[in-house]
Amino acid sequence: MTLKIGLPSKGRLMDKTFAWFTDRGVEMRPSGDGREYVAHAGIAGLEIVLLSAGEIPRELGAGRIHLGVTGTDVVRDRLPVWEDQVAEIAALGFGHADLLIAVPRFWSDVDTLHDLDAVAAAFRRQHGQRLRIATKYHRLVREFLRAEGVADYRLVDSQGATEGTVRNLTAEAIADITSTGETLRANHLKPLRDGVILKSQATLFKSRRAQWGAAERSALAALLERIGAAG
Amino acid sequence: MTQTERIRTETDRLLAAFEAAGGERFETGMLQPAEVLLDLYGEDIRARAFVTMDPLQGELMLRPDFTVPVVQAHLASGRGAARYHYAGPVFRQQTERSARPSEYAQVGFEEFGAGDAAQADAQVFALFSAVLSPLGLTVATGDIGLLRGAVAGLETTELRKGALLRHLWRPRRFRALLERFSQPRPDPVPAMAEDVPEIGLRSRAEVAERLTRLAEDAAAPPIPAGQSALIMALLGIKETSANALSQLRDLAVDMPGIRAAVTGFDARLEALSAEGVAAESLAFEASYGRTSMEYYDGFVFGFYAEKRPDLPPIATGGRYDALTRALGGASAPAAVGGVIRPELIAELERAG
Repeated sequence: MTLKIGLPSKGRLMDKTFAWFTDRGVEMRPSGDGREYVAHAGIAGLEIVLLSAGEIPRELGAGRIHLGVTGTDVVRDRLPVWEDQVAEIAALGFGHADLLIAVPRFWSDVDTLHDLDAVAAAFRRQHGQRLRIATKYHRLVREFLRAEGVADYRLVDSQGATEGTVRNLTAEAIADITSTGETLRANHLKPLRDGVILKSQATLFKSRRAQWGAAERSALAALLERIGAAG
Repeated sequence: MTQTERIRTETDRLLAAFEAAGGERFETGMLQPAEVLLDLYGEDIRARAFVTMDPLQGELMLRPDFTVPVVQAHLASGRGAARYHYAGPVFRQQTERSARPSEYAQVGFEEFGAGDAAQADAQVFALFSAVLSPLGLTVATGDIGLLRGAVAGLETTELRKGALLRHLWRPRRFRALLERFSQPRPDPVPAMAEDVPEIGLRSRAEVAERLTRLAEDAAAPPIPAGQSALIMALLGIKETSANALSQLRDLAVDMPGIRAAVTGFDARLEALSAEGVAAESLAFEASYGRTSMEYYDGFVFGFYAEKRPDLPPIATGGRYDALTRALGGASAPAAVGGVIRPELIAELERAG
């Protein structure tokens, strides 16, 4: 049996993840044809599975991989009762991003969730429809707004270019991941002062649903020792 | 007996009892148009119900309960007063950590357009109490009308009262608003940002309009500290109904807004006694029903199995005039009713 670790298959997140493991003595390199990655680490039975970062939560939840690196944001949004399905092993210290609520910058009457809620009520009276918030993080946004007692809004799905939805008249506000705030400014949006839903970063997760035999457990122990984490 | 047989037997027993109380059987489809439910309950219902898509009819929902369809059917019938009973499966998504089923049966009873609210409340409660009496359940009751009256009676602007009334069912935002409106010095009102482009459906005129409202609000005096303290005292009442009534009478001396609701409370206790319910010892909690049941705006009740804290309430119900008004306008008939979950009764019987 092998200890399967799901790693991001693209972009800066992939590069930084591989560098993070390599720095800790778990060297990872492309295979001969460049299509596969293999761990050259002296950890017996460690198999790398390259996946889109968005698929890693699902694979962890299904127990098809034992470990996986992805953002805390996607894990919390995609996996109901995520603590029952996965455990956080190590925060990797990169891929920092905040999931937050942003509104048009010219809304000078809106600074907090209280304002958003009041505006949602007035918007519904005025326009006969709920104030739309574009996002792809439906569960996280809904749970956050319910806990905060914000009403009269509606979530609309946006899987990309979410910052443009307000200008395109498909939403009045957005809830999205932002790392710098520059994209928000460029799109004439501003974050709400108390609208940070989640601070996310790349994190190594362990699946609670995968098969954990003796071989997997000993491979995990070797890996954890190498990267200096507690299991 | 198998569990399925127990549930069927229990459903038949409950339906027979509701039928004997008068009224007619209500039936409706399992697939309901999503729009009305989404409009009433917003994202909360989207999180709880199963939403599906029909290419022609648009979004449909597996019925999350019978209440909205029965209200719609009654309003469409144009009749003033009527009683309905029904039974069938309802569907709820379960995302919390629990083994609760996504599909379960409800047996319900609803009464519309009764002239005397106290009497209708008492009759419906007595009906539920009687059919559930063999189970030895614990009862919880509340009355959202008291809080509504307390807010309406505050010495403050209509705008602030409206904001508080809108959040009766969201205790956290309600409390935050109450604290905010009780602050002596409000936040400074920002100026209109002139150099920033206007984007989206909400216009600059709407921003200007709200800035004006904010300025008016900033000039309004705070809610007197004593009045917000009284509201918190009201929400803290947790007593037998007899003791609650005497505490409410004390509060009503300083809270004229709740006097009508306290009179109604008193009348309901009398009506309950007349129905043979031990009304004085009935457990009462002023904040009961605030989080779970939006649109319940008067008497609310729930029946619980004390020995089985893992189970949801066996039965819940109450007065929901706010719902019939939301669907049928200001002249819509008053409504009170409730539902029982027969499979929970079967579970209690199975476990002995």
